[in-house]
Amino acid sequence: MNFTKTIMTTASAALISSAAFAGSHMSMEMTIVSWGGAYSASQLKAYHEPYSAKTGVTILNDDSSSTAVAQLRAMNEANNITWDVVDVEAAPAMQLCDEGLALEIDPDTMLAPAPDGTPASEDFGDMLVSECFIPQIVYSTTFGYRTDLVGDNPPDSVCAVFDTKTYPGKRSLFSVPINQMEWALLCDGVAKSDIYDVLATEEGQDRALAKLDTIKGDVIWVSSGSDTPQLLADGEVIMGATYNGRLFSLIEEQKQPVAMIWDGQVMDLDGWIIPAGLSPERQARALDYIMFATDTQRLADQAKYISYGPARASSAPLVGKHADLGIDMAPHMPTAPENLSRAFLMNYDFWADYRDDLDAKFQAWLAK
Amino acid sequence: MVNSSPNSTLLSADGTPLKKSLSRSLRQQKIRALLLISPLLIFILVAFIMPIVSMLSRSVENDLVSQTLPATVSAIQSWDALSGELPDELVYKAFAQDIQNAAKVKVHTKVALRLNYEKSGIASLFKKTARKAKKWDMETDGPFKEKLIKVHKGWGEVEVWQIIKTHSPRYTSGYFLNAIDMRKTAEGADFQPEDKTILIKLFQRTLVMSLIITFSCILLGYPVAWLLANLPMRQANLLMILVLLPFWTSLLVRTSAWKVMLQQQGVINDILVQLSLVSDDARLIMINNEIGTIVAMTHILLPFMILPMYSVMQTIPPSYLRAAKSLGATNWTAFWRVYFPQSIPGIGAGSILVFILAIGYYITPEIVGGTKGVFISNRIAYHILKSLNWGLAAALGTILLVAVLILYWTYDKIVGIDNVKLGG
Repeated sequence: MNFTKTIMTTASAALISSAAFAGSHMSMEMTIVSWGGAYSASQLKAYHEPYSAKTGVTILNDDSSSTAVAQLRAMNEANNITWDVVDVEAAPAMQLCDEGLALEIDPDTMLAPAPDGTPASEDFGDMLVSECFIPQIVYSTTFGYRTDLVGDNPPDSVCAVFDTKTYPGKRSLFSVPINQMEWALLCDGVAKSDIYDVLATEEGQDRALAKLDTIKGDVIWVSSGSDTPQLLADGEVIMGATYNGRLFSLIEEQKQPVAMIWDGQVMDLDGWIIPAGLSPERQARALDYIMFATDTQRLADQAKYISYGPARASSAPLVGKHADLGIDMAPHMPTAPENLSRAFLMNYDFWADYRDDLDAKFQAWLAK
Repeated sequence: MVNSSPNSTLLSADGTPLKKSLSRSLRQQKIRALLLISPLLIFILVAFIMPIVSMLSRSVENDLVSQTLPATVSAIQSWDALSGELPDELVYKAFAQDIQNAAKVKVHTKVALRLNYEKSGIASLFKKTARKAKKWDMETDGPFKEKLIKVHKGWGEVEVWQIIKTHSPRYTSGYFLNAIDMRKTAEGADFQPEDKTILIKLFQRTLVMSLIITFSCILLGYPVAWLLANLPMRQANLLMILVLLPFWTSLLVRTSAWKVMLQQQGVINDILVQLSLVSDDARLIMINNEIGTIVAMTHILLPFMILPMYSVMQTIPPSYLRAAKSLGATNWTAFWRVYFPQSIPGIGAGSILVFILAIGYYITPEIVGGTKGVFISNRIAYHILKSLNWGLAAALGTILLVAVLILYWTYDKIVGIDNVKLGG
């Protein structure tokens, strides 16, 4: 039924366009949703500008990624989808896919192969965590600290956050259970591989909160990725958690006396989804954009502007120097071998199950 | 009107009874008036009333379960949820059929998310089962009881089936119970475990802090309004601009400015340390807590208090105070017995405005409130935008709306809404 419908629409669209426009039957305007700030700026330089130059398409930007799932759900209910391509993290992408709000992607036909001919499915490999998700970058949530406030004993482990004796002063953490609970258990002596098993039990959850209790009075709880860099720059906190790209910009671009703790960095993916239910012309345009913007060179290009690692294996060797600063970007990637060895992988399935429950607990604990 | 017998009915120029023609022209006037306001009326109805009603109705709607799992819902009605035993094969078979159908059209995750609010783990239980169930043949692959329990041991738990049964009716009180830190179980309404209670606390905090903010606004606003009303025109105008200037500045800018002022390495703490009033390692914590929210919101809402007060005070003739004093009243008595009672309507109007605005405030507590200074609206925003539990968000919103209406009603009973003046 759907298939016939698609064929018929495509056929009629082809007929109309060959008769009237004699051109492509892709829409010439698209709305791309992303996170705003430096991140959107890097996408503008690496993807949007070259794509517009090549095709003449007008790209409109909407910085609504942080509420994308809620908005796509509302658009779907209202039957009026105004977005063409949406930048989201892996977990929301899975949720959108599960709810049928995102288009399923066949990597080998819809995404560009690597320059040496390796099909996209192999080039992205494990990063393809959902049928609808087109991975773009690997980012991590990790800690930065003030180099001038830690004396001659700079922290090297994520557990320095819980060590208020050696490192007195405030620290900033996100006011959500995700990541904070894992770090607490990790520093309470739970092995990395056991963390989610422990966290699935009532005792494990209490244990994580008890560990966080030991530093509760020393924590400034933040809700957005821009808070910690600000707090670090003002000297309000001695160390704090945020996204590695924000810390890079604080350290290298704004030259603040801050350094990073890569240990215990929690890696996550960010990428594109195409909303389900677009008109054929808009969908064709979105797919064409995706094919262009996620090829090997384009992903490597984005790393010139922001320190997030490209999601394709074939892009890594092409990562060069920062466009303005001229520094080598490869060691600043969360995926750089030295940083990767100390990383911690987030378990998406666990959080899909436990997020609501643990969030209620976490908020109740915060308010105590 | 004294003589109303048909013979003596007054007639208008065209011969119709005057009463009839009068009512006709009145009706025409009414229709014309209605037509004139109809664009606004329709706009309010479509853009304001309807969305609110449809959003609030989500707080009781619950047709997702019965729509996605129709066979299960009807089969499970005959099962006694409190028997402590698992339902029989009939229910399992109905469920296998339902989940297979749902998986084919990809609607199983919605109901999984809905039930996951009640018990963590149901989301993955449904997803895993749906993946397997897609391949089953309904005729030959039974019995499904063993089969489902083999897919996931969750299907061998009575609690999972109790949850499905408890949440199968089309309308539910579950969201409202959740909103007051309770939950709906097979045995009836029950309290949430203590380590998950947060919402009542937030409601209380929202009310208490909104009251504190309102009183701070009265204390700070009253003298300013008095000056505005009593200074010579020139100075009063200047003062008025000073009151209005922050009013015209972006809310976010003002809130962020308070961050710079109040933080531990901020302007106020720096000055206090330089004056040696506070030692460097004991800087005051004035932000990311209740103080931050109260200070920032009092500042932001102050104009809403000052302006109604000012417009009421302007109408109080200064001669009353002079008369009181000439009759022997002290300055204080003259103010307290003569001036203040006449300014109460302004305080009332300002208080209602400030309080109702404060109770629903969201962005300022989010930025300066930390964890101790956030309001119930921050939680509503979380459930709308992040957890996507719109039912709970709607229930919280309804409670907030009803609370405001009750307060308004009490205010009307105690002070009287006729005593509220926004001007003249």
